[in-house]
Amino acid sequence: MPLVYAGVCPHAPGITGRQDQADPAVRDSLYVAFDTMRQRLEASNPDALVVVAAEHFANFFMNNMPSYAMGMADFYEGPIEDPGWLGIDRVRVPGNRDLSEQLIKSVMETHDVAFAEEWRFDHGISVPLHFLTPTYDLPVIPVNINCQGPPLTPLGRAWNFGEAIRRAADARPERIALIGTGGISHWPATPDSGKINVEWDLEFMDRWCRNDRDQLLSYSDEETYLDAGQGGFEIRAHIAIAAAAAGSKGTLHYYEPIPIFSVGCGLADFAL
Amino acid sequence: MSLYYVQKFLYELNRDPRVQSEYEADRDGAVAGYELSEIERDALTEPDIGLLYHLGVNGQILMHFAALHKIEWADYLQLMRDGLVQHGPVREGVYAVTGYEGTDAHSASLGQVTPNTNAKDA
Repeated sequence: MPLVYAGVCPHAPGITGRQDQADPAVRDSLYVAFDTMRQRLEASNPDALVVVAAEHFANFFMNNMPSYAMGMADFYEGPIEDPGWLGIDRVRVPGNRDLSEQLIKSVMETHDVAFAEEWRFDHGISVPLHFLTPTYDLPVIPVNINCQGPPLTPLGRAWNFGEAIRRAADARPERIALIGTGGISHWPATPDSGKINVEWDLEFMDRWCRNDRDQLLSYSDEETYLDAGQGGFEIRAHIAIAAAAAGSKGTLHYYEPIPIFSVGCGLADFAL
Repeated sequence: MSLYYVQKFLYELNRDPRVQSEYEADRDGAVAGYELSEIERDALTEPDIGLLYHLGVNGQILMHFAALHKIEWADYLQLMRDGLVQHGPVREGVYAVTGYEGTDAHSASLGQVTPNTNAKDA
């Protein structure tokens, strides 16, 4: 069954954890955008949701850091962070071990990937799920691309990984939805937390919506670090989703820089 | 300097309630098994958020350590800024400071009204 949905959204912990510190009108507009994305996701009638996120040292550390990892369990838990700090209650989220294994085996045909039979979601997955699957009844398959601890995987490999996910999903009878979370420009958890490069964000999302492979892969990490902060390394998730939707055009449904959430919030999806 | 082990301890502390209990009961004992310099041990047990940032601890790890100590977000940001003033630029890792104006001034420039503005975050 061809992939039924492919989109991207932010995952910054401030979106839920610091909601009371934001301009209420701006915060609510973001929440509406998330809910509209939820409706589009639900309209695709998925059997499972693959979430490509950049996690933040919740499960993976520099003692044994995979560039790519996929979950392979029947359930997961999250958030790993203090629920009061993140503003999201800790829950058990259903997975689908058998489907995970089939997808992983397919991806492995063309791309090395680690697998994990346990995985505690951090805000990279828990924040998007809070809005997109609020009843936690859709099986989730977590995917991580290391965007935190250098050396980082080259952007071209992230593209190849997205293509591998697409091939794997298309080969399954289940209806599989795919989202990428993270970015875009931000300097999270540093003294510059809140800084956002709007021009850079909109240029990146324009390339993403046009699904221009060459332009998406033309960023160097040195440029991204200067223009979009270390949080900009998370564009690898966006690039994987674009690759999975290669040939499709996207729509940026919402974009707003929200400093107290420490990120430019862009929600977009492809017309598959 | 053993930034790796400073971060390794914080990684394990952040994700394991048993390590958190051990740290709460006996901070020196909790860090004893890690290859740390005296400065690093002191920074972890005091704790000294600004010094840890200066030493190069990744903010995605450090912010949860601050939250464990009930340090509010704006105060966490300020402690890092204070650390840079007191100790100098980040020694290693992925961080550079860009002269950002702070979330309150930035939000105001965008016309966003933040109800709980904190002077320390300006």
